[in-house]
Amino acid sequence: MDHNFFTMNWFQKFIYNLLQFFILLPGRLWKGIRALGNGIVRLVKGIGNFFAGLWQMFWDGDVFVKLSYLIMGFGCIVRKQVLKGILFLGLQGGIIYFVQSFGWHYLREIGTLGTAEREIIGYSPLGTPLYSPPDNSMLILLYGVMTMLVIGVLLAIWVASIKASYKACENHRANRKNTTALEDIRGLLDEKYQATLLSGPMLLASAFVILPLIFMILIAFTNFDKNHQPPGNLFTWVGFQNFQDVLGNNPLKAKTFSYLLGWNITWAIFATFSNYLLGMLLAILINKKGIKLKKLWRTIFVVTIAVPQFVSLLIMRNIFYDQGQGGPVNILLTQYFGMDMVRFWSDGPLARIMVIIVNMWVGIPYSMLICSGILMNIPADLYESARIDGASPLKTFTRITLPYMLFITTPYLITQFVGNFNNFNVIYLLTQGNPKSVFLYQAGETDLLVTWLYKLTVDFADYNLASVIGIFVFIISAVLSLIVYNSSSSMKNEEAFQ
Amino acid sequence: MIKSMKARSRIANTVIYVFLSVLGVIWLLPIAWLLLRSFQETPQVLGNPVAWINTILPESYSFRNFTRLFTETGQFNYPQWYLNTFVVAIFTCLLATSLVLMLSYTFSRLRFKARKGFMNVGLILTMFPGFMTMIAVYHILKAFGMEQSHVSLVLVYSTTAMLAQYILAKGFFDTIPRGMDEAAMLDGATKNQVFWKITLPMSKPIVIYTALISFMAPWVDFIFAAIIMRDNYDKYTLAVGLFRMLEREYISTWFTRFCAGAVLVAIPITILFVISQRYYVEGITGGSTKG
Repeated sequence: MDHNFFTMNWFQKFIYNLLQFFILLPGRLWKGIRALGNGIVRLVKGIGNFFAGLWQMFWDGDVFVKLSYLIMGFGCIVRKQVLKGILFLGLQGGIIYFVQSFGWHYLREIGTLGTAEREIIGYSPLGTPLYSPPDNSMLILLYGVMTMLVIGVLLAIWVASIKASYKACENHRANRKNTTALEDIRGLLDEKYQATLLSGPMLLASAFVILPLIFMILIAFTNFDKNHQPPGNLFTWVGFQNFQDVLGNNPLKAKTFSYLLGWNITWAIFATFSNYLLGMLLAILINKKGIKLKKLWRTIFVVTIAVPQFVSLLIMRNIFYDQGQGGPVNILLTQYFGMDMVRFWSDGPLARIMVIIVNMWVGIPYSMLICSGILMNIPADLYESARIDGASPLKTFTRITLPYMLFITTPYLITQFVGNFNNFNVIYLLTQGNPKSVFLYQAGETDLLVTWLYKLTVDFADYNLASVIGIFVFIISAVLSLIVYNSSSSMKNEEAFQ
Repeated sequence: MIKSMKARSRIANTVIYVFLSVLGVIWLLPIAWLLLRSFQETPQVLGNPVAWINTILPESYSFRNFTRLFTETGQFNYPQWYLNTFVVAIFTCLLATSLVLMLSYTFSRLRFKARKGFMNVGLILTMFPGFMTMIAVYHILKAFGMEQSHVSLVLVYSTTAMLAQYILAKGFFDTIPRGMDEAAMLDGATKNQVFWKITLPMSKPIVIYTALISFMAPWVDFIFAAIIMRDNYDKYTLAVGLFRMLEREYISTWFTRFCAGAVLVAIPITILFVISQRYYVEGITGGSTKG
C-alpha cells in the first residue's frame, strides 16, 4: 500500500483500514499481554505491601492493637469508639457463628461435593424402604461458594478493624481526639460517601450476579448433567472434561457446537449488515431534500420497535404459521394462488432465511434512527463542494456518505454484532430454535449458542454443558468488545476522515 | 436544462414516496393484523371458542375478546396478571432507579482507590450471557425460601437493570461540570448534599429515562419470571402469561384473546417507549449544555 491515503477511494480506504487493523493486531495483543503482566506484578506487589503493612501495624501498635488482631474492634472500644468497636465485634461474632453453624458443614465437603449416596437403611413396618439422607452436591457447591464469599467479607472487615484500631492508637499517642460515632456517621455522608452508596448495589450484585456466576463457572468443571441430578444422585469434579467434550472428545456435542457456532456467526453477520445497510438507505431516503412528512415516515417505523418484541415477534410467527391450515400468508398462497403450503418454520434452511428476514423487520428501524442522527451531522460543506465539482448523487454517496458513516459507526456496528450474536429474543420467539435435528445434541437448526444454552439449563438440565457454552460465549463477546474499545479509542486519535 | 433537472428530481421523489409507502405498509401490516384479530368474533364449536380460523382476515368483529379476558378468569387470570405486573413494575422502577443513580454517581463523582477495579468487574460481569446464571439465581432464591415471590422478581430485575443502565447515567453525570460541586463543598456542603441539591436536580432527563426503562422491563420479560414462578399461574406477569397462551394446547382456543391481551400491553408500553426516546435524546445531548 504505497498510495497516499487521501487519494484512495472509500473502498481502498476501507481495505487499507482493515489491513492496518490486522497488521497492528499482534502489536496490540502484545501490548495487552504486557499490560496484563504489569498488572499482575502490581497486584503481587500490592499484596506484599498489604501484608507488610499488617505486620508493621502489629509491631507498631500497643497491646490493644495487638489484641484487635484476635478480637475485632477491641482497640476501638478501649479508645472510647464504643459503637464502632461493638459493630466490628458483632460482625465478627455473627459471621463466625454463621460459618461454624451452617457454612462449614458444606465448605468442608466442597473437595468431593459429597460422598453419601442414598442408601436403603431399613424398611418401615409397611415394607417401604427407608433411605438414608444423601448428600446434595448442588447445595454443597452453592453454600460452599457462599461461605467462601462470606469468609472473604470477614477478612475485609478484619483488615478494616485493625486499621481502625491502629488509627485510634496513633491518635491517642499524638494526643489527638478520636472521632465520635456522630462524626463517623457524618463521614459516611461525605468523605466516605462511596461506602454508603455502594453497599446496596454491592449486596444485590453479590447475591444475584456474582454468587450465581461463580457457581455456574464451577459447574463447568463438574458432571452436573441430567444423569447426576441431586437430590438422589451425586455429582463431582471432572476437571476440563466438559471442555474437551465440546472441542472434540464427544463427537455429537462437538459437532453440535461447531455447527451452531458456524450458523451463529453467519446469522450475526447477515443480521448486522442487512439491518445496517438497509437502515442507512431508509434514513437517506427519508432525509433527502424535498421529501415531505419526514416525521410521519420516521414515526411509522419507530412504532414497530416500540411494540414489545414478545408481542410483535409472536405475531410474526403466527402470520407465517405453517401447521394445520396455516397462517394468513399460507392461506393466501394455498387458497388464492393454489400453491402448496410453504413450511416457513419447519424447513431448516428456509427457517434460517426467515429469521434473518423477520429480523430485518425488527432491526431496520433501529439502524434507521441511528443513521438519521449521524446523517444530519455530516458537514454540509462536503456536499456543497462535491456539488460544485459536479459529482453525481451516486458518487456523492460512495465518496462522502458511505465512508463517513462507516467511519463513525464502526463501534456501533461491532456492538450490534455482539448483540446479534446473542440475540435470544428473535430466535426464541420465532422458532424456539426449531426445526429439531437428530444430528444435533438437544438443539435445532436455527438455535444460537444462547438459545441452546437456555434449553440445556431450563429444558434438559445439562448444566455442565450449558456452563461451558456460557464461558465460550463470554470469551467471544469479551474479545469483540475489546476490539470495539481499541477501535473506538484509536479512531478518535486518527484523523482519517478530513 | 433547469426544467429537466426539476422534472427529474420530481420523478425521483415520486419513486421514493412509492417506495416508502410500500415499506410503511409492510412495517405496519403485522401490527394492523394484530389489532384486527383482537377484535375478531370467535364462533363456538361444540361449546368451545375456536380462535384459529382459516381466513386471512376476521369475518366479524366485536369486543368480546377483551371482555372475556377480564371476566373468564378460571384458567388464565388476566386481570390478576395485569395487577401483578403493575405492582412489580412500580417497585422495580423505584429500586432500580435509586440503584442506578447510586452506582453512577459514585463512579462519576467520587474518587477512591478501588473505583477502577469495581468498574472493570462490572464490565466483565455484563459480558457473561444472563441465561447462564438464571437457573442458579432460582436455586439461590429457593435456598432463601423466596421462590415464586414477586419480591424476588423486583430484586433481580433491579439488579439487572442497575448493571445494564448505570454506564449511560454515569456518562450523563460526567458531563455536568465539577466546578459547581467544588464551589458547594467550599461552602461546607457534604457530598451527600451535593448529590441531592446539585446533581439530582440537573439530571431530570436521565432520571426519567432510567425510571421509564426499568418500569418497562417487567412488562416484556417472558423468561426469568417463568423460571421463578414455574406453574403458579396466578403469580404470572403479563408477558409470561401471554406467552403461555400460545403454547400448543392453548393456541387454538386462546389466540384471539392473546391478541386482545397483547394489545392492552402494547399500547402503554409503546407510549412509554416513545416518551423515553425523547428523554434519551435529551439525556445524551442536553447534559453538557447545562453548565
